[in-house]
Amino acid sequence: MLGFEAVHVTSDDGATLLRGVDVTVCPGRVTVLAGPSGAGKSTLLRVGNRLEVPSGGVVRFHGTDTGTLDPRELRRRVGMVFQKPVVFGGTVRDNLRVADADADDAALGAELERAGLDPALLDRVADDLSGGEAQRVCIARALLTRPEVLLMDEPTSALDPENRRGIEVLGRELAAEGLGILWVTHDLAQARRLGDEVVVLVDGRNADPDEAARYLASGDRKDEP
Amino acid sequence: MSSTHIGWAGLAASLVLVAVAVGLSGWQRLHLSRSILWACARAAVQLFIVGWALKLVLDPSASVAWAWLWVAVMVVFSGITIRNRAPEVPGILGLGTLAMLTVVAISLSVILGFGMFPVEGRTIVPLAGMMIGNSMTASVLVGRRIVGELSDKRDEIEARLALGHSWPDAARPYVRSALRTGLVPQIESTKAVGLVFLPGAMTGLVLAGVDASDAVSIQLAIMYLILGSVATSITVIGLGLTRKLFTPDHRLRRLTRVVA
Repeated sequence: MLGFEAVHVTSDDGATLLRGVDVTVCPGRVTVLAGPSGAGKSTLLRVGNRLEVPSGGVVRFHGTDTGTLDPRELRRRVGMVFQKPVVFGGTVRDNLRVADADADDAALGAELERAGLDPALLDRVADDLSGGEAQRVCIARALLTRPEVLLMDEPTSALDPENRRGIEVLGRELAAEGLGILWVTHDLAQARRLGDEVVVLVDGRNADPDEAARYLASGDRKDEP
Repeated sequence: MSSTHIGWAGLAASLVLVAVAVGLSGWQRLHLSRSILWACARAAVQLFIVGWALKLVLDPSASVAWAWLWVAVMVVFSGITIRNRAPEVPGILGLGTLAMLTVVAISLSVILGFGMFPVEGRTIVPLAGMMIGNSMTASVLVGRRIVGELSDKRDEIEARLALGHSWPDAARPYVRSALRTGLVPQIESTKAVGLVFLPGAMTGLVLAGVDASDAVSIQLAIMYLILGSVATSITVIGLGLTRKLFTPDHRLRRLTRVVA
């Protein structure tokens, strides 16, 4: 459904961030992207949402080069959840309407429930949400665009263990509904719990099988804040 | 007009206040005495040169083309000044110059088109100068503010873009806030005029012996024009700069923020 093929990314200052990465995201599956800091995981996710443009290789969505698609349409079908929950001023309702200005309260409430929140939260001032609630609101907001793929950039790194597990369960539920999930994490225990497939990136490239096995066996690492 | 002729003796008398400033600087050890003297000397040289050139331009027998040339030079120099005051704003030289050109074109079209003032060097040059001077300050403020806002709120803007917003939609709340910052001071000074301060043009007219009610109507017209000019210039800067800060495929470019 979403395929990264030999993707290269070079930064504005000439540094190579990705050097030929291959990853495939399939419907109904959670693909975990693991690897040390600076391996290029977040950059790859941004390429998937076209917030970054690859300097080489190609990203295909349903077989079509995403460079030929309208980025606004692509981004609604390939949603993104950021590491730090981004909430805008106003209420939860206002936040959700950033994704769909025409949605009524019933539709917004249904999306909150899908993300594991009480629909009564619509009137809550978004700045008053806990970290876990804020991240779920961000997921509900991303779901309002009816994406087929969700790119999740360390969505639990700022959360306590209970909320972390809750978001993981939500990720699995969304995959069970048919979404393709690409989930970035540093947490190897989480990678094992969550991933139908685990792809390890090292130094901007796919780790070879031995490297990946060594990395995954290197012990549980907690999310880095 | 003899009442406004202060002469060399009057000018020399005003230096008493400069001496007071230098004295205060020395007393409080502000180490500003040299700066004060340098600023006063520089202002005198600049104004005498400008005055001499203005005399040529404002001479009733001189061609009005000289006045238009003067305005063109003002537009170019205002663009350079904006660039120097906001070097971190990409493409500000061209945008600033375009904004000042737009301001001059619109304001002088209104002033001269409606016959508010005659088409003469003595009207074109000072009026254009006032419009440009006020618009330049607001343009610098807005340009810097837009870059600052988009840089500080990068997370929020990218979250909007990631939801499928176009770049104008994603930037709108932040650009709007920057435009308000540029326009509010002008609105406030328009509200406070007469109550808190007497504006320069009106003061000049009254000192020159013009009837107070005539001075008021001229000043009001100028203030309205300045308000419109500031709004026009920051709109040009706002629209043009925001377009420059995003790519055509709706991505926010990397920004360098320089803290003043």
